[in-house]
Amino acid sequence: MLSYPAELKYVKTHEYVRSESNGVAVIGITAFAADQLGDVTYVELPKAGAKFKKEDKFGVIESVKSVSDLFMPIGGEVVAVNERLSSEPELVNHDCYGEGWMIKVKVSNDSELKEALSADQYKEFVVE
Amino acid sequence: MVEFAGWNMPVRYTSTIAEHMVVRQGVGFFDVSHMGEFVVTGDHAKDFVQYMIANDVEKLKEPNRALYTQFVNYEGGTVDDLLVYRRERDYLLVVNSANIDKDWQWLNRHLSLFPGVKIADESSATALIAVQGPKAIEVVKALVGADVEQLKSFQSRTDTVDGIKIGVARTGYTGEDGFEIFVHARDAVRLWELIEKKGQPFGIQPIGLGARDTLRLESCLPLYGHELDDSTSPIEAARGWTVKLDKGDFIGRDKLIEQKEKGLPKQLVGLVTEAQALPRQGYPIKLGNKEVGRVTSGSQGIFVGHPIALGFVKPELAQPGQNLAVEIRGTDVPARVVPLPFYKRNRTK
Repeated sequence: MLSYPAELKYVKTHEYVRSESNGVAVIGITAFAADQLGDVTYVELPKAGAKFKKEDKFGVIESVKSVSDLFMPIGGEVVAVNERLSSEPELVNHDCYGEGWMIKVKVSNDSELKEALSADQYKEFVVE
Repeated sequence: MVEFAGWNMPVRYTSTIAEHMVVRQGVGFFDVSHMGEFVVTGDHAKDFVQYMIANDVEKLKEPNRALYTQFVNYEGGTVDDLLVYRRERDYLLVVNSANIDKDWQWLNRHLSLFPGVKIADESSATALIAVQGPKAIEVVKALVGADVEQLKSFQSRTDTVDGIKIGVARTGYTGEDGFEIFVHARDAVRLWELIEKKGQPFGIQPIGLGARDTLRLESCLPLYGHELDDSTSPIEAARGWTVKLDKGDFIGRDKLIEQKEKGLPKQLVGLVTEAQALPRQGYPIKLGNKEVGRVTSGSQGIFVGHPIALGFVKPELAQPGQNLAVEIRGTDVPARVVPLPFYKRNRTK
């Protein structure tokens, strides 16, 4: 079964946000997205320091099956990138909410998260 | 599940990478019932088939032999690629599911030239299960008996297992040793379960469409709509060894002879790229700043361990060692022409 941790926020482009302390948020893709993509072979991510608005494209994820853009669920400045994904892109399949995280951002405006979906709302969205 | 030519088919059962490796190293089985089957009967069935295909049907010297070929159109393009099986009293043509209607019309258009020849579309009544991989022989021996070992590549035979009548052919679309098993649709589920049971000691796994595509690509087997289409000849698509220009008349022969004499307008090449991003269908192939072709199929070469692509370029750029580039989402990634295929199984044992 695909899981959707209750403490995360989700967007319809299938990214999640985990808010950490001091205004930093972790961004990755959901279990649904990872499952749909199948074996991930490549994740193209921005460099630390890059600034994005909500819904901006911040990267590309590629699997054997297809290639998709990654979109910001929230605006902010990239403060950390998961470098392991360059050599172990399969971490996105194995542990999308943990070791398969993608970027950490300094959130510009956390009120943007109000429009994001809860785990239950997202689950409902993907089963439709 | 995805819809494919009107069929619901699984892209993968577990993971495409895992399924690909199972077929390269063990054994997998595929439901390929979507393929089309036409049966050609009549005293002149052989002449009709010979006129419609580019390969030489006379190579099928006795029943239970098969060959790979194409229907070629008047312009030298490919209507479809297919397998022709000679059976006791008729010929069986196994065609691509997406082309069943087109092929049916194409064949019927030329049928009147051969009095008494009839064709029947048995696609919906026919199921097909492929068993592929180095251990496929063990599974099929367990299914129909040890003497199936004597069946050579592109030979077939009929059998009865558990009361189910089947046709067993040593053919496939993966680059591995393997078998394709024909069965009436009503018995397909029982046969599937039987193969699963007999294959269990050998670690058999079901394989989805995703790995079917990556396996055929690594072995450089063309996929209609990618490497072959109505405006691409089998010679351009590196299938020239299956085109028999000296066998006598067949549709498209003149154009194919012209291509051979004047040189090919384009030629299929294998490309290896040097980046993690994968070359994909439709991406431009470039020489310097100039587009010189398009990728027709591309993916990670799962067994060979690097990205691979097929595409068409002018013959002068098709020599192995030629340096080109593939434009991947705005970036030119270095690519090198390599000899086909990317993967060839070890046949020494």
